[in-house]
Amino acid sequence: MRGMTIDPALTGTPGNVGAPAADGVRRWFAPGTHITIRGLSKRFGDAQVYDGFDLDIPHGKVTSVFGPNGCGKSTLINMIAGILPFDSGEILFEGKTARETRIGYVFQNYREAVFPWLRAIDNIRYPLQYLGLAKGEREERMDRLLQAFDVKLDLSRYPYQMSGGQQQLVSIMRALVVEPEVLFLDEPFSALDYEMVMFLRDRLQKVLVERRVTTLLVSHDLDEAVLLADQVLLLTKRPTRVADNLRFDAPRPRTAATTVTPGFIALKSEALEIFQREVRR
Amino acid sequence: MKPGLSARLRPLWGMAALVAVWALVHATKAVDPVLLPSPMEALQAFWNGLAGGSLWGDFEKTIVRTVLSFLIALAIAVPLGIVLGANEKIYEGIEFAIDFFRSTPASAMFPLFLVLFGVGERTKIAVAAFGAALAILFNVAYGVMSARKQRQLAARVMGAPRWRVLTDVTLLESMPQVFVGMRSGVSIALVIVIVAEMFIGSTDGLGQRIMNAQTIFDMPDMYASIFAAGLLGYVMNLVFLVAERRFVHWGGK
Repeated sequence: MRGMTIDPALTGTPGNVGAPAADGVRRWFAPGTHITIRGLSKRFGDAQVYDGFDLDIPHGKVTSVFGPNGCGKSTLINMIAGILPFDSGEILFEGKTARETRIGYVFQNYREAVFPWLRAIDNIRYPLQYLGLAKGEREERMDRLLQAFDVKLDLSRYPYQMSGGQQQLVSIMRALVVEPEVLFLDEPFSALDYEMVMFLRDRLQKVLVERRVTTLLVSHDLDEAVLLADQVLLLTKRPTRVADNLRFDAPRPRTAATTVTPGFIALKSEALEIFQREVRR
Repeated sequence: MKPGLSARLRPLWGMAALVAVWALVHATKAVDPVLLPSPMEALQAFWNGLAGGSLWGDFEKTIVRTVLSFLIALAIAVPLGIVLGANEKIYEGIEFAIDFFRSTPASAMFPLFLVLFGVGERTKIAVAAFGAALAILFNVAYGVMSARKQRQLAARVMGAPRWRVLTDVTLLESMPQVFVGMRSGVSIALVIVIVAEMFIGSTDGLGQRIMNAQTIFDMPDMYASIFAAGLLGYVMNLVFLVAERRFVHWGGK
């Protein structure tokens, strides 16, 4: 039903995008678009962070979100993921709400995201119970995931017995085990050592490309934002708008070697220029 | 490196000093020996009371009363505390009432409970349960309310319904605070039970035993009974500390 138009005359509701989705009516969305954001507004006290914000996020691609400090990158993905309420506007996933969508979310602060009372393996298994799958299917998904990540790590340990990187690995696997339609990554590698970051980026890219998961990555590291992205979304200062949306088509898997290619350097320079222009504005 | 013998004995220094001063005061007769028997006499009385005397029976009575009132308090206060902690509006509405009664000495409630439950076992247990329940209730509600939000969000985004977020995350997150409540609850229960045994028509229990020994000037037995009450409080606290370390194994890590 992707890209299908619902005739307003038949449903009795106005067909314009941005109207609230009442009575389970699936709203129109452009083909190839996964997430449609229309008229999004959010205010924190006196600060109007978003005011009538519109955005389309493509299906099956990795979109990096990059912008000046305090422009509300995390705020944006939290509102999209449905864990932060917004004042007005509409966010739909191919016409569905966040609650109706299988979502994976990886927090920056892994220490307060994993469940310390569960063993690593039970942490990873935890979200499967909410999918209504048969036991066999659940075990299959676990096996598929463990195979894809090929971890050499003892998962019967508790999170507090693991290093930071290992805990974030558990957190990423927990987000992926449900085979999410959309994956949110909020600065997932910012508190980890470089060796672990390279390992996690590598595994994550492999899984995301294989499964074509729509991914939203917030990063404060421009190199990382460009390296992992199919599309780099550059935001302005508050009230936040889209400054630009750059495409990056370098072949995958992308590694440290990608960062010295002319394509990467050109795109990064362009993004940096836009970023600096927005910061000075 | 293994700590030496002297390091391992260090926690006992205070106790040893206390007994030494006691023995010295007794030996020099600085205090009338009738009022202050020697440490050995008190220990002897404790031992005799346990081995053949009635101390064990009183010990048991006090333990049963304390544990019973603690269990009643737990059964009422934990579910109520969770409900209050999870609904901030309700909590705000009755926070003042809880705070007020938590600050009211439970012993001041004896006359009221005597009227309600009559002279007997039920009053002692009811007052002790009342005092313990308020301490537990406050801590459980506070623990649930102040549980950090990110793990709840994580569960929520994974599709957990609200009540599962409460049972799978919030409750476990508040466990350290719940244990604080249980420890203070059980010690409040013990204090109230001992006082109740002393003053509201009791024929057994450690409180009544201490009172009786004092009345008939059986000082060794009085000290033995005080020691028994102290031991009981200490052991109960220890039981909860060990239980917490086993159950909340992730605490502080």
